[in-house]
Amino acid sequence: MSEIAPKQSNLPLEYSTKQNQLNILGFWIFLGAELALFATLFATYLVLVSRTAGGPGPEELYELKTVLIETFLLLTSSFTCGLAVYEMRRGKQAGMIGWLIVTILLGIGFLYFEIEEFILYAVHEGATMQTSAFLSSFFALVGTHGLHVTIGIFWILIIILQVLKRGLNADTARKVFISSLYWHFLDVVWIFLFTLVYLTGMVS
Amino acid sequence: MKWDEFFVTGEPLIYMADAAIVLTIIGIVFVLTYFKKWKWLWKEWLTTVDHKKIGIMYIISAVLMLFRGGVDALLMRAQLTVPNNTFLDSQHYNEIFTTHGTIMILFMAMPFIFGIMNIAVPLQIGARDVAFPYLNALSFWTFFFGALLFNISFVIGGSPDAGWTAYMPLAGNELSPGPGQNYYLLGLQISGIGSLISGINFIVTILKMRAPGMTLMRMPMFTWATLITSILVVFAFPVLTVALALMTLDRIFGTHFFTLSGDGVPMHWANLFWIWGHPEVYIAILPAFGVFSEVVSTFARKRLFGYTAMVWSMVAISVLSMLVWVHHFFTMGSGAPVNAFFSVSTMAIAIPTGVKIFNWLFTLYKGRIKFTSAMLWSLAFIPTFVIGGVTGVMLSMAAADYQYHNTYFLVAHFHNTLICGTVFAVFAALHYWYPKMFGVILNEKLGKITFWFFVLGFNVCFLPQYVLGFMGMPRRIYTYPADAGWTELNVISTIGAVMMGIGFIFLCINVVYTYFKGERDLTGDPWDGRTLEWSIPSPAPHYNFAVTPQVKGLDAWWMMKKERKEGKEEEEPEYKPIHMPSNSGRPFIMSIFFFIAGFGLVFEWMPVAIIGLIGVIICMILRSFEYDDGYYVPVEEIKQTEAGRE
Repeated sequence: MSEIAPKQSNLPLEYSTKQNQLNILGFWIFLGAELALFATLFATYLVLVSRTAGGPGPEELYELKTVLIETFLLLTSSFTCGLAVYEMRRGKQAGMIGWLIVTILLGIGFLYFEIEEFILYAVHEGATMQTSAFLSSFFALVGTHGLHVTIGIFWILIIILQVLKRGLNADTARKVFISSLYWHFLDVVWIFLFTLVYLTGMVS
Repeated sequence: MKWDEFFVTGEPLIYMADAAIVLTIIGIVFVLTYFKKWKWLWKEWLTTVDHKKIGIMYIISAVLMLFRGGVDALLMRAQLTVPNNTFLDSQHYNEIFTTHGTIMILFMAMPFIFGIMNIAVPLQIGARDVAFPYLNALSFWTFFFGALLFNISFVIGGSPDAGWTAYMPLAGNELSPGPGQNYYLLGLQISGIGSLISGINFIVTILKMRAPGMTLMRMPMFTWATLITSILVVFAFPVLTVALALMTLDRIFGTHFFTLSGDGVPMHWANLFWIWGHPEVYIAILPAFGVFSEVVSTFARKRLFGYTAMVWSMVAISVLSMLVWVHHFFTMGSGAPVNAFFSVSTMAIAIPTGVKIFNWLFTLYKGRIKFTSAMLWSLAFIPTFVIGGVTGVMLSMAAADYQYHNTYFLVAHFHNTLICGTVFAVFAALHYWYPKMFGVILNEKLGKITFWFFVLGFNVCFLPQYVLGFMGMPRRIYTYPADAGWTELNVISTIGAVMMGIGFIFLCINVVYTYFKGERDLTGDPWDGRTLEWSIPSPAPHYNFAVTPQVKGLDAWWMMKKERKEGKEEEEPEYKPIHMPSNSGRPFIMSIFFFIAGFGLVFEWMPVAIIGLIGVIICMILRSFEYDDGYYVPVEEIKQTEAGRE
């Protein structure tokens, strides 16, 4: 893909070719679309949150402890992801891969607690996606975020393999950088999830 | 599921369609095999990443869909011509108006526009291709297979029948059982992926790949329209994605987003649908405005009047288009304050649109007008679209809307805007850019016959429908009693529809005639154009520009021609090898997997759906591991191609 253009030395590696710049801008715009997607899911949740059809409501369901653990895991993973890009910009491949692996592990930890939370709701409390409009929208919103995290984990894994095979060059650096944008974006979405879904749900 | 449930049975019309489909497939396979064209098809078309070829494929698909949607329209008009008609039963009629609406908006208007954007935009800004050629191919193929999935519904499993708006709870499992509505959900979902990718692709292309010297305010108006449309696509389509996904969950996995049971909110569907749906209307109309701006300015032989106002009015329209969605359901009972807000925001759209209309008129004023086919479509657009706009303002008054709602007045209004806006525009664009696509000029005489049949037919068809609306004829009825007094106007309306059909046939004849006997465009600039696409040979060489043009102002090519006339010495062009992307079959294959996954979900055969999704994921992983730097067009080849031009 990458167009072989004269390298501009003052730019970071991931911005060093014209095609890379196009790809990164394209991904930012894609994140704009993702924002619209999550905004729609948030709106749906807020419309349906009070419609419990006799089933459990937010305040009976949510537990602060699991949610806090999830939050800390994901926010930390965003930080380590930032460290990975920092190492990449210093040209340290091993450091970058190390931090990426930490990021993935934290992501897996997040997923573990989220799935446990879902199982707790669905199996032990009988609160499934089919119970009420509120639960449908809860699982759709939180589940879509979880699905994104899952995809992100596999994506970063694939990119690590490519870096191991090809070393750090303009192409692989771009891929690491773009996946880091994605990862930070999921972190931002989670902050809204934590506030609008869990905190608001437990307070009201 | 038994076979007689899998295939649609019991309707003579359907059996005829079955036979036609089988014969067409046999015919295509025979022709390809007989002329040994399979390899050509694969290498030149199915795997291409060239924006011009992708554009042509978009347009061919769109014309096919125009035919399909047009046949649906004629069937409906046939049914409604006389009272108490039994040509179609209610179920069949419902299916036909659902597919007509869905196909015309999503599988005809949008792909036609995307096709024209693909052909024109990179050439207008002096670019080698779009920013992401591979994704561009993926856009087309996901659209194509999404459309295919939707279209097979009428012979396999049954068509959706809940209207193109698919309001809940009508579209839910209880009232619309069976695979029909699932086709709608999955077909739109798959083609929606393509629309989103296209939107991103064009934004990046226009922002980052313009020729040196082409500032934003020196861009051709069609490129501006594409940029603004693409932004709308990027922010509107995710809403549709979510809405469709949630309804799919409701229908297949028993959730309660829009259902009556489980405390769901059916109205939420209407909101989500129109939060996407109204911007969608402008996604279809803004590029049309862009086309008319190009055509009017070229054939009035004048610079576009009020360029800056044109740009800002499009920006204003795009912003307002996100704030008017409730006007589609004033009668749903959102309350006076809400209705009042959306009433006012809807009326406000008339202001920037009016600005544009006056700018076109002032461009025409004192112009030396050439009445080519493309220009005729643009001239007809102005008065007819104004009628659509004025009736739109009438509908926007919430209190009055209670009278117009759900009548033929509304039907006439939106056809007046969508046909006179979008369809006239794509026909104008087809005539205008045809030489750049194929190197031949569409026959003007046949073009004018098409024009008169279609435009007169349009007015004969839809003007009576305004009156029918006032007389109280509701939309979406499959028959009406004789004493309703609607018969005469319905007969007239059907005559108009037939005239439009004849116009379409002349368009097809024109394409065939031009293929064999068309006048070749040897200059590359048959219309004495103003923008950069006319500075290169026709048809455009696969690398587009041998030398990247230097832009010194608006209407760059016009300025270059002027400088030449003034005898300014031209430098001998210095050719350099041009970097090109490699072809790839993966977008095609990946879209087939999308199709398989969609088909599996339609019939709720989960193993099939999972196999399809795994195929999609494998294609994405393979793409990630692919490192292909493309290839270079050697200087020799460029020299040869460019020498052949003189």
